[in-house]
Amino acid sequence: MTAGTVTPYRSAQQAGHDGFPQLLRAEWIKFRSVRGWIIGVVVAGLLMLAVGLLGVQANIACSSGPHAPVKHGAACVTPVPVGPGGEPVTDNFSFVRQPLTGNGSITAQVTSLTGAQASAAPSGPNTSQTQGSLRALQPWSKAGIIIKQSTKQGSAYAAMMVTGGNGVRMQYDYTQDIAGMAGKVSAARPRWLRLTRSGDAVTGYDSADGVHWTRVGSADLTGLPSTVQVGMFATSPTHVYESSSFGSGNSNGVPTTATGVFDHVGVSGRHGGAWAGDDVGGIQDFGPSGQSVEAYHQAGGIFTVTGSGDIAPATDGPGSNVGPSGTIEQHLVGTFAGLIAVVVIATMFITAEYRRGMIRVTLAATPRRGRVLAAKAAVIGAVTFVLGLIAAIIAVIIGTRLSANQGIYVFPVSWPTEARVLLGTAALLAVGAVLALAVGTILRRSAAAITAVIAGVVLTYILAMASLVPLPVAEWLLRVTPAAGFAIQQSLPRWPQVTDVYGLPQYYPLSPWAGFAVLCGYAVVAMGLAVFLLRRRDA
Amino acid sequence: MNHAPPAIRADPPAVHAALPGRRGALRAGLAAMPDTLHAEWTKLRTVSGTAWLLVGVVTATAAVSAAAVTATKCTTGLGCPADPTKLSLTGIYLGQAVVAILAVLAVSNEYSTGMVRVTLAAMPRRLAVLAAKAAIVGALVLVAGAVAVAASLLAGRLILPGNGFTAAHGFAALSLAHGPTLRAACGSVLYLALIAMFSLGIATAVRDSAVAIGLSLGMLYLPPILIALTVTNPVWLHRLQRYTPMTAGLTIQNTTGLHGLPITPWAGLGVLALWAAAALLAGGLLLRARDA
Repeated sequence: MTAGTVTPYRSAQQAGHDGFPQLLRAEWIKFRSVRGWIIGVVVAGLLMLAVGLLGVQANIACSSGPHAPVKHGAACVTPVPVGPGGEPVTDNFSFVRQPLTGNGSITAQVTSLTGAQASAAPSGPNTSQTQGSLRALQPWSKAGIIIKQSTKQGSAYAAMMVTGGNGVRMQYDYTQDIAGMAGKVSAARPRWLRLTRSGDAVTGYDSADGVHWTRVGSADLTGLPSTVQVGMFATSPTHVYESSSFGSGNSNGVPTTATGVFDHVGVSGRHGGAWAGDDVGGIQDFGPSGQSVEAYHQAGGIFTVTGSGDIAPATDGPGSNVGPSGTIEQHLVGTFAGLIAVVVIATMFITAEYRRGMIRVTLAATPRRGRVLAAKAAVIGAVTFVLGLIAAIIAVIIGTRLSANQGIYVFPVSWPTEARVLLGTAALLAVGAVLALAVGTILRRSAAAITAVIAGVVLTYILAMASLVPLPVAEWLLRVTPAAGFAIQQSLPRWPQVTDVYGLPQYYPLSPWAGFAVLCGYAVVAMGLAVFLLRRRDA
Repeated sequence: MNHAPPAIRADPPAVHAALPGRRGALRAGLAAMPDTLHAEWTKLRTVSGTAWLLVGVVTATAAVSAAAVTATKCTTGLGCPADPTKLSLTGIYLGQAVVAILAVLAVSNEYSTGMVRVTLAAMPRRLAVLAAKAAIVGALVLVAGAVAVAASLLAGRLILPGNGFTAAHGFAALSLAHGPTLRAACGSVLYLALIAMFSLGIATAVRDSAVAIGLSLGMLYLPPILIALTVTNPVWLHRLQRYTPMTAGLTIQNTTGLHGLPITPWAGLGVLALWAAAALLAGGLLLRARDA
């Protein structure tokens, strides 16, 4: 229509004021200027601490006896042996030994491995049921040959052994386990075992006939002294079973014994000559009235060794022989309480905008709606992460100290694991907050959104952990609901070479990162839906 | 609707009559109660959320109960959960959360929309308003709770025998003719109604839906974890089991091992009733004392 050109209007305002950093700053100002939310975040942290530290108390009487807790300061502490790697271990077995100086080897033929229920088994109402379900020989009943630094519990070792249900194994320094020949040992199918020491290296071999040997593995036992103990051992772990499918607290343990028969025993190198019997750990008072049974018996060249216990990393289940014990994450049990407060605040962070009509100003100022939500998620996620990390560190430091004073043994964990538990707890709160923000955006109503997230994350956790639903339901809940994310707090590993009831509350059905991924999956899906709906709907 | 105006017109004289003594006010308040109830019923009925939440109470309760009984197998006769009635009522754990939303929204919606000022202008007797609200919400929850509990028990009755809960293992089919089961069923319905009163009181006290729902669910769900995982001191454990709203209230569902319970079933429900009464009282006092 007109020939002249019209210069379009351009704002004199400099570009760049709607960048993401500005958006973050705007959302941060919104967050920090609501006093109730700041109070809420502090309340979340205090709830975490209060709930986590409330339970640190135990009443342990110092009784007399060789393995009773010993007086330590104001409390009684059950001594727990520690392995070469610093991890708590179980180290109880019958040991027929002699000293070996310098390099050398030991060879033996195992012709039999049998098991029995230790006679000092608890006699309660469950006894008949126990005997019905008890397979006397445990899958990890062990008998074999061993080279060990000393008879002290927790000292370094390497061993070749036959097991009740896992074939021939080479195990060393408690945590290491290598499979050898498969199949059960019997008189018709004996197993030959050999350990050879050369400097710090101990190499294990197995054979079916004593002629053709196969190398199973080699252990590097750095720092092994010149003189070590070599010999035969037998041991058998506690038989654990669950007497009820309801909840997790009804697991029981029955001590068992294993008896190994050895033939063609030979030691080469500078060795002591005479065999001596030892009860390493010395808790084998499983005889009829608590006295020790004969640990070993020699007739001709044939040795019969009977023992009870285990040579393995310690666990925190009912199979554990560690006394009153706890894990570092037990001091973080308040996380779910803090999460309730965090969910309320994170939901309000968006629903308050809808309620006040503020959302229209926000979206007018920043028409890129996805970015608005991303900025909100970043702010609420960062705030709750920092809060969660501070609270988790304080809870674990104070809780561990309180537990030690109360005589509760706290399982030590490596620093990567501890870092994963602490950072994971903080991330759990942060992802929970982002999930709540997303659900709040989807539903736009605080009450419904908060209840949905609390029911999905907190209620499912409570139902599973407080044994309010049957165990199969509890495990299912911790696999498929957002509560699976609490697995990130699990600090103790499951050991394939230790049979125990790896159940709640210490052991989650999913691995830590898999469980956390489930929670993150919910948050990602909810965020995606929230962005989609925020873009599509009128505010 | 045409009978409402006279009641409103009757109000001002009643206020004047109340000045010498409170008896007149009470009588006038009681006389206005049907209209207050009617007003609250209209408000709650005409919000679409109410119907959905009532349906939600029933489906959440019944679905979780059905899932719990389906997942529980009793194959050997050993290690079976001893209390199939309580197992069949597992869904109450989730159903009560929906009940809490319903009760909280009945109050906080009025505050978020400003409707509360109209309500209190029309019905200046604030405690009467709260009582009417509680009565209407309670009645709705009783109806929905009865349906939810009936559906849960029906699921248990139909599914449990197939999972090994048979006479051979010492379990009779669930039946309301069995005294303790009837008590558990009626008690669970009452439990839901009391949870509604508890949440309604909290919502009236704090007025904001987010804070109210967080507080209600926190106070319900926090103690069970304390009991299960953290508190080991037997004295405190016993106190928590006896005096916290959810754990005490839900003892009404126990039908076996009654001698070993920390608190008897009806006394446990009574503890929850005290919590609900305290929450309503706190809400009522604050409602009277504060500007809306």
